Amino acid sequence: MIELTIDGTKVRVEKGTSVLEAAKEMGITIPTLCYYPGLSSYGECRVCLVEVVKGKNRSSLEASCAMPVEQGLVIRTNSEKAKKARKLVVELLIASCPTSKTLQDMASNMGINRIRFKIKDRGCILCGRCVRYCKEQMRSGGIGFVGRGTSRRVATAFGVTPAECRNCGGCEWICPVCERACTANNLINGLCGGCQNLAPVETCAICTGCSESVGAHGHTVY
Amino acid sequence: MKKLGSAVELEQLRKKIASQRDPKRTCIVTSVGTCGLARGAAGVAQAISAELKKDGLNGSVDLRTTGCHGFCEIEPVVVIYPKRIVYQHVTPADVPEIISETVSKGKIITRLLYTNPATGRKIVREQTIPFYGKQYRLLTDSIRFIDPHNIEDYIALGGYSALCKVLFDMHPEEVLDEISRSGLRGRGGAGFPTFRKWESARNAPSYDGIRYVICNADEGDPGAYMDRSLLEGNPHSVIEGMIIGAYTMGSHHGYVYVRNEYPLAVENLRIALDQARQYGLLGRNILGSNFDFDIKISRGGGAFICGESTALMASLEGRIGEPRPKHIHTALKGLYGRPTNLNNVETWANVPLIINRGAKWYTTIGTEGSKGTKIFSLVGKINNTGLVEVPMGITLREMVYDIGGGIRGGKKFKAVQTGGPSGGCIPESLIDLPIDFDRLAESGSMMGSGGMIVMDEGTCMVDMARYFVKFLTEESCGKCVPCREGLDRMLDILTDITEGRGKKEDIELLEELGDVIKEASLCGLGGTAPNPVLSTIRYFRDEYEAHITDRRCPAGVCKALITFTVDAVNCTGCRVCARECPQGAISGEKKEIHFIDQGKCIKCGLCRDLCKFDAVLVS
Ligand SMILES: Cc1cc2nc3c(=O)[nH]c(=O)nc-3n(C[C@H](O)[C@H](O)[C@H](O)COP(=O)(O)O)c2cc1C
Ligand code: SF4
Ligand code: SF4
Ligand code: SF4
Ligand code: SF4
Ligand code: SF4
Ligand code: SF4
Ligand code: FES
Ligand code: FES
Repeated sequence: MIELTIDGTKVRVEKGTSVLEAAKEMGITIPTLCYYPGLSSYGECRVCLVEVVKGKNRSSLEASCAMPVEQGLVIRTNSEKAKKARKLVVELLIASCPTSKTLQDMASNMGINRIRFKIKDRGCILCGRCVRYCKEQMRSGGIGFVGRGTSRRVATAFGVTPAECRNCGGCEWICPVCERACTANNLINGLCGGCQNLAPVETCAICTGCSESVGAHGHTVY
Repeated sequence: MKKLGSAVELEQLRKKIASQRDPKRTCIVTSVGTCGLARGAAGVAQAISAELKKDGLNGSVDLRTTGCHGFCEIEPVVVIYPKRIVYQHVTPADVPEIISETVSKGKIITRLLYTNPATGRKIVREQTIPFYGKQYRLLTDSIRFIDPHNIEDYIALGGYSALCKVLFDMHPEEVLDEISRSGLRGRGGAGFPTFRKWESARNAPSYDGIRYVICNADEGDPGAYMDRSLLEGNPHSVIEGMIIGAYTMGSHHGYVYVRNEYPLAVENLRIALDQARQYGLLGRNILGSNFDFDIKISRGGGAFICGESTALMASLEGRIGEPRPKHIHTALKGLYGRPTNLNNVETWANVPLIINRGAKWYTTIGTEGSKGTKIFSLVGKINNTGLVEVPMGITLREMVYDIGGGIRGGKKFKAVQTGGPSGGCIPESLIDLPIDFDRLAESGSMMGSGGMIVMDEGTCMVDMARYFVKFLTEESCGKCVPCREGLDRMLDILTDITEGRGKKEDIELLEELGDVIKEASLCGLGGTAPNPVLSTIRYFRDEYEAHITDRRCPAGVCKALITFTVDAVNCTGCRVCARECPQGAISGEKKEIHFIDQGKCIKCGLCRDLCKFDAVLVS
């Protein structure tokens, strides 16, 4: 067993647990996107950043999903430093994938009220959940990453459905972005302004429960 | 060649080589590194050998082709020993004269001598060229004595004696202790203490006993070629360092990961490895010590990111060269999941020196926290460009003025970018900064692998930052969000600023973005990529403000923000500019003041460069 401190409370967890999972066991929620239970950790999206205290005035930010617990670690999941970085990361994510409802809701929960970066809709946040699902759960290799830098994308070999594909549909199902598309047709300051993002808020006449993150006041219909 | 079976046999060989060599004999050295080759050094070497045969001198004169001597600007270089007369920019046509005059009669050919630009004087001997004056060529000096295709040249200089010492007289713990006391820090970028890495790799458990040592020769920084030069010119020093490291860590398998764009380095290394094997210095039972170790070459695909340790190991295993989180150190679980130690080429080359001459001697060179020397590639708006090796702690001023010979064209020095594309800019006000790992980091830059780009007053710092960020955006592997998207947006903002669309909030946004990219990125590329932006904001904030608030580029570089006009006082009406302007934007009668049509001008700057009367103004 390994003992560490998360948000001031000492916890003991099994060796090999990630900081994210350890926090979860304590009931602390850390936002995640590329993480998915049962898939290997990947460390792409960085929305799960936490502050690792390394001395009196020294600390660093680490992706909690990809960080195994270590004896004596001191973690702050909700410090100003961590929150600030997470917010900027979500701002960058929305700038590259504004049509994702998951992201728009996340922005709203974090109190982001405008996107200061150029919007370049890439339709994918390259979280690799589909790629890992395909490889690790379906033991297929239907899809993978191609390209480098901003040209990086998820693709099948030669652009056709490969023979290894089992047509399970898992890759689509697991995508945090395509899963629930945002339906707003114009963005204000990079935000959709839908659901709980804009005040005043109303509740739909017939709520279909499309949003998990229903705020105190419900949503506006679009 | 019979395999050397013991240290005694190696010593006997060394004596034999020494007895066959006469230091007083004439020896003609041609430097045939990549830079020399590019300028026709191979043809010169061939011409020398043919000419000697023709004159019947081939029995009495020695010939040697070596790696780069460092002063790339004067290549192809021919040096004639024992007097060490140096000729620059030699062509095959000069060769007959060199043989008939200098080699046969001892006469100097003035035309081929190097001229000191500061004094206008011709210089005869290589060692008196001011470029070499303040250098301390600990690792690089021997290059001029070594034909990299001939292991005996290296052995003649005492090569592999450090290995003997380690194999037969030292326990691995003692080697570790020596390296620890030497204070050696990694030359690949971060300056991590070498002994700590070695110690972790040595002590890390391996389920099947396999451990790896790797030499990082990926060298992806544009304009940097220190590692290439060492591998080309003195490959055995790197090999010897690796064997010593392997012995210390109990490893039997080594790799050199070298980029594919370095064909000559790969070739010379391959030959050196073959020869070391033939001589019993590599492979099974090295020098009869019962220690086995061999080295393979792995050629990298040439991506900048493949120099990062975890990406390098992924690439070596045949996977995509992408970094992974380093919470489990590669020293514990690296290549193929085994304990692995990775060091830079230059780091490895320091090892035999430390063993031979002792940690105590080594610590006399350098500063408190950074020991030894560092090789830099000195380039940019400077008179003397090339590879320089200096003791740690030398000041920027000495680098720029004494070694570099000052700024080209008598312009004013503005700043220097150290540490490659993701290093930082150090301004003129810090010119007396001693260069070592810690001082550079404090100033917002870093040592990096040792690139040093000198900039003059004609450089726009915003444009410069933009250039580096563009490079890094293209080289980012694209795995994690802060680096992939963050750098891309940083580039957008910088482009806007240089094109006159900057907004007041941009500077703060760049700072916020830069801090988060540094802190939140997965690997060292994103972890350092904002440095050029953050350091130029730190030292040249006014330049950013001028671009944004006044829509003005003080250095006159950013095209969208400058206009070219003709100065009525200086213009003589010579018509040169009007004739050459690609847009036909300049009009005016002969001997009358000319005029630039701003609607047609594309700001190519040709008129300013052509005008002999400094009559074209940029504002
Ligand atoms: C993006 C990136 C590129 C790198 N490129 C190189 C390189 O080309 N050569 C090198 O020796 N180290 C490079 N490094 C540093 C290596 O990761 C590693 O720290 C180094 O090789 C360790 O050797 P040392 O301890 O001898 O310095 C790079 C690091 C990063 C983050
Ligand atoms: S549908 Fe095909 S590509 Fe997608 S996860 Fe399943 S097997 Fe892989
Ligand atoms: S398609 Fe979806 S799951 Fe796949 S990488 Fe893109 S965002 Fe992630
Ligand atoms: S009110 Fe209901 S239907 Fe409307 S957006 Fe919210 S959850 Fe969706
Ligand atoms: S920091 Fe950049 S280079 Fe490094 S893993 Fe992330 S995207 Fe790739
Ligand atoms: S080249 Fe110079 S001096 Fe000649 S016409 Fe043009 S501006 Fe005038
Ligand atoms: S800057 Fe170029 S295009 Fe403009 S006037 Fe001069 S030569 Fe012509
Ligand atoms: S959830 Fe941790 S980096 Fe994506
Ligand atoms: S997430 Fe876009 S409308 Fe709700």
